[in-house]
Amino acid sequence: MADAPNHQSLIHALGADLAPVRRLRPPLWRTLGWTLLLAAMAALLVWHYGLTPMLTRWRGAPDLAWAGVGAVLTALVAGWVAFSLGVPGRPVSRAWLVLPPALLWIGASGVGCLRSWVAPDTVVATMAGARGCLEFILAFSLPLSAVLVVWLRRAYPLRPVLTAAMIGVASAAGSASLLEICHEFDAAATDLAVHALAVGLVIGVNALCGGRLLRPRRSIAAR
Amino acid sequence: MSAILTNALVIGVDGVLALCQDAVRAVDDSSLSDNQQADLRRAAWMAAAQAGDRLAYERVLGESVGVVRAVARRQGVPADLLDDVVQETLITIHRVRHTYDPARSYHAWLSAIATRRAIDSLRQSGRRGRRELHEPLAVEQHADERQANDAAEQAERAAALREAIATLPPGQREAVEQLGLHEHTLAEASALTGRSTGALKVNLHRALKALRNRLHGDH
Repeated sequence: MADAPNHQSLIHALGADLAPVRRLRPPLWRTLGWTLLLAAMAALLVWHYGLTPMLTRWRGAPDLAWAGVGAVLTALVAGWVAFSLGVPGRPVSRAWLVLPPALLWIGASGVGCLRSWVAPDTVVATMAGARGCLEFILAFSLPLSAVLVVWLRRAYPLRPVLTAAMIGVASAAGSASLLEICHEFDAAATDLAVHALAVGLVIGVNALCGGRLLRPRRSIAAR
Repeated sequence: MSAILTNALVIGVDGVLALCQDAVRAVDDSSLSDNQQADLRRAAWMAAAQAGDRLAYERVLGESVGVVRAVARRQGVPADLLDDVVQETLITIHRVRHTYDPARSYHAWLSAIATRRAIDSLRQSGRRGRRELHEPLAVEQHADERQANDAAEQAERAAALREAIATLPPGQREAVEQLGLHEHTLAEASALTGRSTGALKVNLHRALKALRNRLHGDH
């Protein structure tokens, strides 16, 4: 190769600096860790609140169960996509995989909005009650996002803002899933709006701040 | 499912070594295209490099140079920036070599990094271009400015000289005008003024001394 000798000195210098490295675990492995973390938090909430209130609500309004399933799937898929984006060479188009579970989550929640009209006796959220949901989602999303950012610090996301947005989606959906366990209301327009606001805030803040945190730095040394 | 996961956990280093051996075996497989063989060879080298094999590392970096240049060219990086992109990519590879998974294509991993470095290079050169003037334009503008300054300075000096000459005694002023300004020879000046060449020389000498004192303050 004619142009190789021009870079030989750099290659030798890098070779002289070579040390064995601990390989980054594959995205699926780290997604398993993410799943276990969510499962552990869910177990704690179930231990505290019990399963009965959630199952009773789900029996009365199956669309809420579908929304819960959608939120869980969104959290897991978004987490996997975020981990995948942290590895150079993985297709960016994987980010679209978040869309189907997110549509299930949003769609099923939206159907719940009609409840106050079609079933007037159902207990629906007031603005004050919905504020609790906002606080819950924000309070849980913060540590979940922090955990994901830490897990991605050794990675090398070539699209840091998209990766951070995926972290936002994963943590917001994870929080919404956990909220299902202790949610006191059926879905209503106010509730859904507050959920949307909370999720939007989490994704936006992650994209803003997380993008900077995840941006490839020159000082990172391979470990 | 859990058995598969348990097995995968257990394989650890042995599993990695097996993957490398598979990759090396695959190189011998003549059914693969040259590109695929090269990719498998580099994947095996990079896996060895992750374990600390310097020779394999230098080989894979050496073979990566051509790939990086090709990627950068495709991204539209100009020829004078290609080597910068190559060096930046090599340094990035060194920093993030732990993110490479030997079970996957080395070429895809390398190309993604090279593409990012090429885009960064183009952005940086674009920013520099906006900050700096185009070189020929800068030289042109600089020359104009200098010429303008020189012209003003010359006009100022000429005016001061004219004033200083005007203050000289008539004999000295005559010598300066004839010999200095009109550039006549001594003989011509002598013929025109009717003075001897010796007198003209003395007057010119004294005039120059007086002008020097007047203009530069030399005593």
